[in-house]
Amino acid sequence: MQEEKEGKLYNPYETEQQEWKKQQVKERGKQLLTIVSPIFILLLWEICSRTGVLDIRFFPPPSAIVSTFFELMTSGLLWTHISVSLYRIAAGFLLGVIPGILIGLLMGLYAPIRHFISPIIMAFMPIPTLALLPIIIILFGIGDFSKVVTIAGSVFFPVVINTVAGVLNIEKVHLDVAKNYGASPTDFFLRIAFPGALPVMLEGIQMGQAIALLTIVAAEMMGATSGIGYLIWTSYKAFMLKEMFVGLILISFFGFLFSLFLRGLQRKIVPWR
Amino acid sequence: MDQPVKISIDNLTKVFYKKNNSVTAIQNITLNVAEGEFVCIVGPSGCGKTTLLRILADLEQPSSGTFSIESDTDFRPLQSMVFQEKGVIPWLTVEENVAFGLKMRHLPKEFVRKQTNYYLKKVGLTKFSKLYPKELSGGMKQRISIARAFANDPEILLMDEPFAALDEQNKFILQEELLSIWSETKKTVIFITHSIDEALLLSDRIVLMSAQPGKIVEEIKVPLPRPRTIEQVRANLEMAEQFITIWNHLQQEVQKSRK
Repeated sequence: MQEEKEGKLYNPYETEQQEWKKQQVKERGKQLLTIVSPIFILLLWEICSRTGVLDIRFFPPPSAIVSTFFELMTSGLLWTHISVSLYRIAAGFLLGVIPGILIGLLMGLYAPIRHFISPIIMAFMPIPTLALLPIIIILFGIGDFSKVVTIAGSVFFPVVINTVAGVLNIEKVHLDVAKNYGASPTDFFLRIAFPGALPVMLEGIQMGQAIALLTIVAAEMMGATSGIGYLIWTSYKAFMLKEMFVGLILISFFGFLFSLFLRGLQRKIVPWR
Repeated sequence: MDQPVKISIDNLTKVFYKKNNSVTAIQNITLNVAEGEFVCIVGPSGCGKTTLLRILADLEQPSSGTFSIESDTDFRPLQSMVFQEKGVIPWLTVEENVAFGLKMRHLPKEFVRKQTNYYLKKVGLTKFSKLYPKELSGGMKQRISIARAFANDPEILLMDEPFAALDEQNKFILQEELLSIWSETKKTVIFITHSIDEALLLSDRIVLMSAQPGKIVEEIKVPLPRPRTIEQVRANLEMAEQFITIWNHLQQEVQKSRK
């Protein structure tokens, strides 16, 4: 299988193999770019702060922020803030996601429930949960639970809406298959409705995760005595900007980590996609 | 036919009603199908053949008329349907798809496993049993659908244009595979198609339908001995004549529905 071209011998398999190798190099290059971009931004920041392009009082160099991070870490103070925030995020997230999924499935499966609850959800969704914080505090006190409820409230909406959409998007023929082969209501729920809605549901959970982080910082800024949001706010008020940046970067780091985790989970639980 | 009647359809009519206009999908369909008979229903698209099948599959309620499927045991489900191309459930593996009907009936695990493996082997999917349907071709997906229906061991099988979306070669292969599985089980089958070749190859009897309202206009026996192959059908002169008769009928119907 060789072909002569301009006096040279070409093997089609070899050419294709080389083409494939080039593709691989390109792919690796793209992955590298993803890793390089945050490092690039940090380096640029570092250089700009050190050369005075950025005002060092407002934008301390990342290296200084990192050393502040370790100082705060060894004093144990930062750890308290992180664990309090993580607890609130996790509890609020679950308290929003679980009812979101259940109510979403019920709404998707039973039209009367959907028609009854839809307007309530549409009416409540545009109100930022943060604007309801005063009421939440009146109802649940100033303790942890009020933050948990605030987060749950924000997470609930994208999850419930995506779960309903997920159920409604199941191909009609799959419902017919279930009916034709005599699926009981329980089997139908577990084997058709839930797995069928799962991909779109997970998109909602992914969104909920991002919203949970947005909400916790704001909620802790407004009414808390601990947490990453509290750290950011009090550091800012005391003009301790290095500490403030530690808080900001922590939020960004956790957001990244959660996204990665959820994406991994997605690949694990919807392998059929 | 000296076999007892398996499916009797009596005066079935289905009307779809929408905002002051109604469409009669099927009108006064009366048809008896004998035990072990393979009947193809052929008609132009939109003639209500799928509606008829969906009524038999209990997915649609008739507006009037009745039908009954003979059964002398409680064990077997009355009917199982082989759906069009998308009937395979994407989040179940090949194996789970084939076992679906049996699992829904909560039969003993060992029995489900045996029955599933038997039909996986029959349709040549044993190697692929742990894969998800997305990894398989259209032809393989339809094999899953067929295996699922046969594994369920129903009184009758309903097939809704199962090969319509396949390419020509795959279609021939699957048709012959279907015949070979069918000849082993001798199930009563109602098969819907718009392909005349397919109907001639597969069926004992072809029921021709008209469009809007869907009525039975003619019944044609296909006396070709079994086992059949597509070559035989193509080479047989009588079949060639039948083809033309059916084709003329379909053309007339299509012309009519255009007016």
